[in-house]
Amino acid sequence: MAIVVPTQRWAAAVNALCLHPWSKPLLFGLMLLPLCVLVGAAVFDQLGANPAQALVRSTGDWTLRALCLVLALTPLRVGLQLPALARWRRMLGLFVFFYASLHLLCYSWLDMGFELGDIARDIPKRPFILVGFAAFVLLCALALTSPHRVVRMMGGKHWRRLHQLVYAVAGLALLHFFWMRAGKNDVAEVWVYTAILGYLLGWRLVRAAKYMRKRPLAL
Amino acid sequence: MLIKSNSQGFVHPIPSEITPLAAYQSRRNMIRLMASGAAGAALASWAGREALAQAWAPPGKHTALAAIKSATPGALTMEKVTDYKDASSYNNFYEFGTDKADPAQYAQALPTSPWQVEIEGLVKKPGRYALEDLLKLSAQEERIYRLRCVEGWSMVIPWLGYSLSALIRKVEPLGSAKYVEFVTLADPKTMPGVRSRVLDWPYVEGLRLDEAMHPLTLLAFGMYGEVLPKQSGAPLRLVVPWKYGFKSGKSIVKIRFTDKQPQTAWNKAAASEYGFYSNVNPAVDHPRWSQATERRIGEDGLFAKKRKTLLFNGYEAQVGQLYAGMDLKKFF
Repeated sequence: MAIVVPTQRWAAAVNALCLHPWSKPLLFGLMLLPLCVLVGAAVFDQLGANPAQALVRSTGDWTLRALCLVLALTPLRVGLQLPALARWRRMLGLFVFFYASLHLLCYSWLDMGFELGDIARDIPKRPFILVGFAAFVLLCALALTSPHRVVRMMGGKHWRRLHQLVYAVAGLALLHFFWMRAGKNDVAEVWVYTAILGYLLGWRLVRAAKYMRKRPLAL
Repeated sequence: MLIKSNSQGFVHPIPSEITPLAAYQSRRNMIRLMASGAAGAALASWAGREALAQAWAPPGKHTALAAIKSATPGALTMEKVTDYKDASSYNNFYEFGTDKADPAQYAQALPTSPWQVEIEGLVKKPGRYALEDLLKLSAQEERIYRLRCVEGWSMVIPWLGYSLSALIRKVEPLGSAKYVEFVTLADPKTMPGVRSRVLDWPYVEGLRLDEAMHPLTLLAFGMYGEVLPKQSGAPLRLVVPWKYGFKSGKSIVKIRFTDKQPQTAWNKAAASEYGFYSNVNPAVDHPRWSQATERRIGEDGLFAKKRKTLLFNGYEAQVGQLYAGMDLKKFF
């Protein structure tokens, strides 16, 4: 018991911080920081010899990082008893969509020069682009259904089922990243993201299994 | 009145007064361009030519290496030379890591002197050749080549070296020799990338003997007027300008003459993606991306459009006959 109390006190303090009216704007600013750094680096020519590629790659990296963050919220919320973390979920989810959009924009503009014909040919020709594009289409569906009004219209059950697509997005994004690196056998980073996302998904599966065992007739 | 001169009637131009072949050829090209109506654009680049030639004054980072301008046809492109900073900081040299910045960061620990190159296989004169002897084997020439990476980017680099054929002739390959294999250094003590399983070390590349004998195939000892920086393959490397960059092995330690097509590192790693020939060819896509265009590093900032990739990287006139009758989609 002596161990639990300080943890709870700590959790209560953190929870209060998460509930602070400034916590959301602060998180918003933090999540915009990578973009600001990238824009600054681009303006001051600090992106190295191939700035276009650096932008395409880093926006992709930040999409994956934001995805890891948003999927880590629930395990953190439950594990650390921080219910207030749920307030951040929508915003972080939209940041996944935001960085994915920037990633697609960088590819379409810097890599393909907005040649829509070339892009249309490129997507089916290159499986890793196709997979990345599919992940983006799914993300669009999640982003479009994020406003409260839409959630109410859809009803919680349907909404939740639709938003379980985020696991498909994670899988496709990992495959996209893996295929991009596989040709050069340079997949160490891919395994880091796979481990993180795999853990976060595994945590949910274990929890769902426990829930099923407790209430086998619920489904 | 008798006009006296000290020439005594034998007025010969001194060599430096003779127009170099490359300049002569570029003037001919200029006239052709004017005739074809591209005069405006061509004039602009012509006017900027001198400035461009100055744009890569030796960076002063390494020992200077004297060289004469190459007279080999196609060896001196007039395109804008890539900044030394980019050419020496953005490259692939997996022995030092897979990130483009890794070679410049980790290669400095590599000892490049003394250095020997072992010549073996189907040759009359096998043996170990010291770097000092190789440097003197033939006149060092400056060649400005386009370099096209299989990843879709390109540079223009002034190399220093001589045609590999000079070395091949010296070691006298036997009639049975059909291929040349290049083995590059794989030292786990100084090359952190060799400890990873990214490729099957040592890095091996190869050419058909006639490709290796082509005058454009360069045994390079320097770039930008100086000896090679370590990240670019010091002390000696190959440069095969009409093939993707990875065909040009860096920090070569062994050259072997064989009668069988060598098992090359990238071909072993992913045979469907990296063929033995790996000639630059916009019509043959990499399985995962198009090779029709390329990004010229350092060109016109972030929003520059990509360039169209040229067959054999623009060296078709010089090397096209090597592949006459070959199905380049099959032998990619």
